[in-house]
Amino acid sequence: MFLPVIIFGNLENNYFIGSFYSIIIKEGTMGSIKGIVEKHGKDKTRLLDIIRDVQSDLGCVSEESVLQIAKEMGLSKVEVDGVVTFYHFFSKTPVGKYSVYLNNSAVAYMMGYSEIQKAFEKEVGCSFGQTTPDGTIGLFTTSCIGMNDQEPAAIINGTVFTSLTAEKVRDIVSGMKSGKDVRDLVKQYGDGLNQSELVKSMVNNNIQKKGQVVFSPYETGSAIKKAASMTPEQVIEEMKISNLRGRGGAGFPTGMKWEFCRKAEGAKHYVVCNADEGEPGTFKDRVILTEIPHMLFEGMAIAGFAVGAKEGILYLRAEYAYLKAYLENVLSDLKKKGVLASFDIKIKLGAGAYICGEESALIESAEGKRGEPRNRPPFPVQYGYLGYPTTVNNVETFCSAVKIVLEGGAWYKKMGTAQSAGTKLLSVSGDCKKPGIYEVEFGTTVKTLLEECEGRTAVAVQVGGPSGSCIGKKDFGRRICYDDLATGGSVIIIGPDRNILDVVHNFMEFFVEESCGWCVPCRAGNVLLLKKLEKIMNGKGTKSDLEEIESWCKIVKAGSRCGLGQTSPNPILTTLQNFREIYDSKINKDLDFITEFDFAAAVKDSCEAAGRKPHAEEH
Amino acid sequence: MKEITIKIDGKECKAKSGQTIVEAAKANGIYIPTLCHYDGLKPAGTCRICTVKVGGRNMAACTTPVGEGMVIESNTPELEEIRKAIVEMLFVEGNHMCPTCEKSGNCELQAMGYRYRMMVPRFPYLFPVRPINAKTPKIYIDGNRCIQCLRCARGVLAPDGKKIFGLVKRGGKAMISVDEELAAALTDEQAQKAMDMCPVGAILRKEAGFKVPIGSRKFDSAQIGSDIE
Repeated sequence: MFLPVIIFGNLENNYFIGSFYSIIIKEGTMGSIKGIVEKHGKDKTRLLDIIRDVQSDLGCVSEESVLQIAKEMGLSKVEVDGVVTFYHFFSKTPVGKYSVYLNNSAVAYMMGYSEIQKAFEKEVGCSFGQTTPDGTIGLFTTSCIGMNDQEPAAIINGTVFTSLTAEKVRDIVSGMKSGKDVRDLVKQYGDGLNQSELVKSMVNNNIQKKGQVVFSPYETGSAIKKAASMTPEQVIEEMKISNLRGRGGAGFPTGMKWEFCRKAEGAKHYVVCNADEGEPGTFKDRVILTEIPHMLFEGMAIAGFAVGAKEGILYLRAEYAYLKAYLENVLSDLKKKGVLASFDIKIKLGAGAYICGEESALIESAEGKRGEPRNRPPFPVQYGYLGYPTTVNNVETFCSAVKIVLEGGAWYKKMGTAQSAGTKLLSVSGDCKKPGIYEVEFGTTVKTLLEECEGRTAVAVQVGGPSGSCIGKKDFGRRICYDDLATGGSVIIIGPDRNILDVVHNFMEFFVEESCGWCVPCRAGNVLLLKKLEKIMNGKGTKSDLEEIESWCKIVKAGSRCGLGQTSPNPILTTLQNFREIYDSKINKDLDFITEFDFAAAVKDSCEAAGRKPHAEEH
Repeated sequence: MKEITIKIDGKECKAKSGQTIVEAAKANGIYIPTLCHYDGLKPAGTCRICTVKVGGRNMAACTTPVGEGMVIESNTPELEEIRKAIVEMLFVEGNHMCPTCEKSGNCELQAMGYRYRMMVPRFPYLFPVRPINAKTPKIYIDGNRCIQCLRCARGVLAPDGKKIFGLVKRGGKAMISVDEELAAALTDEQAQKAMDMCPVGAILRKEAGFKVPIGSRKFDSAQIGSDIE
């Protein structure tokens, strides 16, 4: 069962830095797996940590390693295999002493992904998806790593490299080839606490606008002190008065969630912080985790007090593993200061899966399993981590709660709109001069935001990431709030030189990659939507294809089990609605049917086998 | 169990609290189509064919418990269209060659295709490359036919409770896999159970094919759901 309490500031656990996926072929492989499993107390909830360690030590998690882990853990092989193959950063084949994971998000493409991809391939001498024959460098792509404000960006052995240029790639690759530690390839550190001893990262915060809630100063520890002078019910009542709603995007009232959790029966309760921000284009949690983690942890402690929990978990996405040692140090510091006197927080790392941002999938992952969402009911507040009542809240939600305790729910409610109180952190990226973090009051119009970030040439804005809406100029007067344009924070600005269908295509590829595969409409439906979109983009579409794609979108939305499939058709649906003319220009209006059948491609293999050349031009 | 009242498609029904919508409907002679559901197993909600509307929201009837006064829509053109589309998705997502399949006539996917009068899927075939595993002594596992309902993963366990079947990979690449060591220890009864549970022909017993001739099988003469309706 649950092994408690982290050892604060335990730097021994810093395997994820530097040697994130390095190959050190050791003698007596099986012995080392036994050691790793024992180090983690044969704890099934730490299966992800065990797999990560095995990969780090052995360069991959081979078929034999899977079997060995299963034996040592008392699990069946298929169970371990299911977990290994679920997460993007685990691999059954060698990923290289240095593993380059280049972000392939839509904004990365806007900022020069293709050039960087080519530069890596040229310098390294292998293609993406491959490892060099000597096993030194592996090149891979990955979904949005939360660096949209400084793309193109890549993660190499856990270290983040941002604003990449062909020249920087040359330097990095030559450093890797000469066997340097990747951390030493970081030439200049970013702003703020990115420079601190335990981070030393080139990532920039890019805080463009501070608001009255999250990024306004307060005295660490004052909120938990004040909460302790109240009853848990009073704390929950303040949350209710404030009308604070979940900042991950779904917007469930926080006070209500805490109340449900408090009232749910269980031997103990848990507070979980969802720091798995995977929605392409959002990076606000990265900045909170860097600049004001003490506020987040204090917020978690307040939640613990409110719901009656003594233990909390910070579920940190693998992409932000570079912050783990730093965060553990902050925790240790807060413990010393008495801010976390009666509340323990432990950090659990993800391993690359967007779906784990869904709260029940996150819990499954934290338990060491495949990150598949659960069926509901029961809800996590009733049956959460290890079956105990659990409140899962967003990073920004916890920070907001700190200020609500200090200033009161009524103070908070005055900001924003009637349905959407308070401020929201927006992660702005794409075609604007000032990408970064904007803390704005709810109700701000897209137009105002475009002025502030100097994205005045925008022809489209993607609000809420791929699962949100793509709006055109006529809608720039709309407001950012739960009752109009809801968002977890991602705002992607699309300028006049972009092909909007390329962006839609990128988003659909993302959903295909990130679907968990549990339910049919999402698993198969997204693949079918992508194929149909490609047919239209390739100029093979007719009017009926537009009608069909729209009706298929509705089926995927209506039939899918969780938020992923219920929103994944949005890129297509909202662009069909707002940019219909682009689709119309792609289809063949006068034709009822175009065959997609390519004769030359169909006979290619048989011609090769027979040693003949296909006569493509004749067909 | 407390007796409660619910409404399905306008018909007032008695149900027991704790029952799922599928179970309650069945007890009232109403058939809600299912594929991943299997009596006695914990519901998974993978296929979504049982999607119904409760208070305007789509829910899987196999995983959603009934509640007092619940108003459920099931047999509506909109929901029937979703169900038909899901059947079609399953046909294009795998490689289903009914005429050569041992399960033809006993296959619930095929029967669902008939029920929904599917002539040809609206979707393009994806022709995935899926493995066939014949390494274990009692059963074949044909990935081409698997619809990932997870009945086998839920219903056929090793004596110590370990999983014999489970999902690997994710998204469109997700597929059922088998623990060969544990599967090697399957008894004849377990192997038969695995085959019977499988709604399609993805799990077949070795050396036991075609005992019932095609033409005399379960769905050859009666439509799926006709035992309930």
